[in-house]
Amino acid sequence: MKKRLDVLVCGGAACIASHSQDFKNRLIEVVKDHDLEDEINIIETGCMGPCELGPVMVVYPDGAFYIRLKPEYAQRIVEEHFLKGRPVEEFLWQAPEARKIVEEKRQIPFFEKQHKVVLENCGRIDPENLNEYIGNDGYQALARCLTEMTPDVVIDTVTSSGLRGRGGAGFPTGLKWKLARRSAGDVKYVVCNADEGDPGAFMDRAILEGDPHSVIEGMAISGFAVGASRGFVYVRAEYPLAVRRLRRALEQAREAGLLGESILESDFSFDLEIRIGAGAFVCGEETALMASVEGHRGMPSPKPPYPSEQGLWEKPTVINNVETLANLRHIILKGAEWFAAMGTAKSKGTKVFALSGNVTNTGLVEVPMGITLREIVYDVGGGIPGNKALKAVQTGGPSGGCIPAEHLDTPIDYESLAELGSIMGSGGLIVLDEDNCMVNMAKFFLEFCVEESCGQCSPCRIGLKQMLRVLERITRGEGRLEDLDDLERMAGTIKATSLCGLGQSAPNPVLSTLKYFRDEYEAHIREKRCPALVCTDLITYTILADKCTGCTACARKCPVNAISGEVKKIHVIDQGICIHCGACFEACKFDAIERR
Amino acid sequence: MFHTEAHAPENRHYEQLREFIREQIDKPGPLIQVLHRAQEIFGYLPMEVQDFVAREMNIPHSEVYSVVTFYNFFRTEPIGDHIINVCLGTACHVKGAQLILDALADELDIHVGGTTEDRFFTLSTARCFGACGLAPAMMIDEEVYGKLTVDKARKAIREFRKTTEKK
Repeated sequence: MKKRLDVLVCGGAACIASHSQDFKNRLIEVVKDHDLEDEINIIETGCMGPCELGPVMVVYPDGAFYIRLKPEYAQRIVEEHFLKGRPVEEFLWQAPEARKIVEEKRQIPFFEKQHKVVLENCGRIDPENLNEYIGNDGYQALARCLTEMTPDVVIDTVTSSGLRGRGGAGFPTGLKWKLARRSAGDVKYVVCNADEGDPGAFMDRAILEGDPHSVIEGMAISGFAVGASRGFVYVRAEYPLAVRRLRRALEQAREAGLLGESILESDFSFDLEIRIGAGAFVCGEETALMASVEGHRGMPSPKPPYPSEQGLWEKPTVINNVETLANLRHIILKGAEWFAAMGTAKSKGTKVFALSGNVTNTGLVEVPMGITLREIVYDVGGGIPGNKALKAVQTGGPSGGCIPAEHLDTPIDYESLAELGSIMGSGGLIVLDEDNCMVNMAKFFLEFCVEESCGQCSPCRIGLKQMLRVLERITRGEGRLEDLDDLERMAGTIKATSLCGLGQSAPNPVLSTLKYFRDEYEAHIREKRCPALVCTDLITYTILADKCTGCTACARKCPVNAISGEVKKIHVIDQGICIHCGACFEACKFDAIERR
Repeated sequence: MFHTEAHAPENRHYEQLREFIREQIDKPGPLIQVLHRAQEIFGYLPMEVQDFVAREMNIPHSEVYSVVTFYNFFRTEPIGDHIINVCLGTACHVKGAQLILDALADELDIHVGGTTEDRFFTLSTARCFGACGLAPAMMIDEEVYGKLTVDKARKAIREFRKTTEKK
């Protein structure tokens, strides 16, 4: 029965971390106190996107968008909005310029330029309720495949839609399926890669938490297409909520006969098992992922043979990313032409990005391929806080690169990002401003890859370590100009000779920052200076004689007693003892300490 | 958690694990899932537990050890009753996660990876738990604390200890 108001409280990971559930529980209590249970439908949904504003809530049919909710707001919202129909303006989202109140969610700039296909259900339905998924055409695509289509027709449809793998590399999904279908053998497997390991990426997590059935349906469709009756979802151990919701969804799908023997009375049988990873970044690489599903150390193996010929337990295997799978039902239901109409010549459809770093609206966004980085950062993301200058956008995590501000108007697709020396990657998009040091960023990603290298091939194991040593030297102010050429040479060798994608792409963050921000490297080397004031060894703290009041606050905070001076007299830092920790800078209330 | 009990050769925890292994043994490639369960039961995976898993699954101990040491998630040392994970993902990194980590190490007077003397807290780091919108972030057990400052982080662990000890 349709109720008077649908109240959607975001239950995405970020909103839960901001205590959305305390608010929801209080709201339920207040609604009960006012005997409104029959009129108000309160639903906890998956991620709505604007994580920075959480906990958030939308009230339909009018679409009022509440932000930063606290349990104590529930009383007023129920009494004024739910009972009297007057949304509580002070809790609604307001446009920053005019303090104008925007009552409708879709008029908010963060949502305006987005185009939600994969995330259509995320934030709109209760992810733990199969009926809500079915009510939004859920499992219709699978039913159409089983009743009206042959596996070859399904593959042709996906091929002509132009869908490419959303995990990063962008391999055409239809082609991958065709290869696996053609491989000989009765037993085949499909695997969902939900080992979202790029730091700064949380798209797959949001999909699994917000719309788990769309992934299950996608896997069943791919199983039908390639002739597999068994599948595995390989998901990170760091995502307990995603695992829980996926487990629940699997049980519901089995109970409803949407997984198991003879699905929808067809002769197609299919079931899924969850495999939980154990914290190894390299397991996102497909051969390593398969080794890990089999219960071994997650070490990559050479290709060929490709998984489509010899994959899990040496059987033909198709591995698709979460977002790729979540696209499938839309392609089957709305057709290949509909999908191919979105995006650019070679990159079709939409892409989900996890927007974070130094940007006003952090969160989860879905945009059509071909949109520019500028539109994402400034229109959807609301620009850089504190009116700072944008320096670069990092895409593709440790395998990607930094795209400088001058290329912000490039339309995003797989090819254009590769041309700029980065990659599409799985969708992490980190905004860097003038306060971020690019040498430090390169070092950060390299440290990550050094730690995550599985160690079996020497270019990656030894080469990356050597590159890191050079970078460490530079950030300590001990670099030499030749180091930059050495870095480039080592990077070239590692890219050319590493066994798997991790090693082959690990030098990218160094190469792209060297390409666009060589002057920052040179400042570290020639002037022993970190322009962004990030590399601690290169920062000098001095006390300004005209501002120092002799309050002794800095001297008391200094952990190495490098500051001397008597009460009410000017203090001095002994640069020979100073460890550049910045404690004095934080402690000074008179801006008397200069940081350079 | 049950640190000492891992060393007693036979007890109800091993019985629990044995039961789980029996359920899993016929599934393909169950070792990692078994180790997850074992770590849930014992809190960590000492040699005794690894050896038990090897015998029950009829595989070499070396194979179990090789898998345990490959993955970051598996621990061979006991940890405190509560684990603090400071996220060092990219978004947290650019927003000063290292400062948070240093401050907590100072507050608890332990190194990263260490455990407080009273075994209450272990201080650890995480790769990115996908709460980038709340950067910089940390988790105490399963609860996420976001938009941290050095002071907020210090206060959070003090309060956590106070409220937990009251219970």
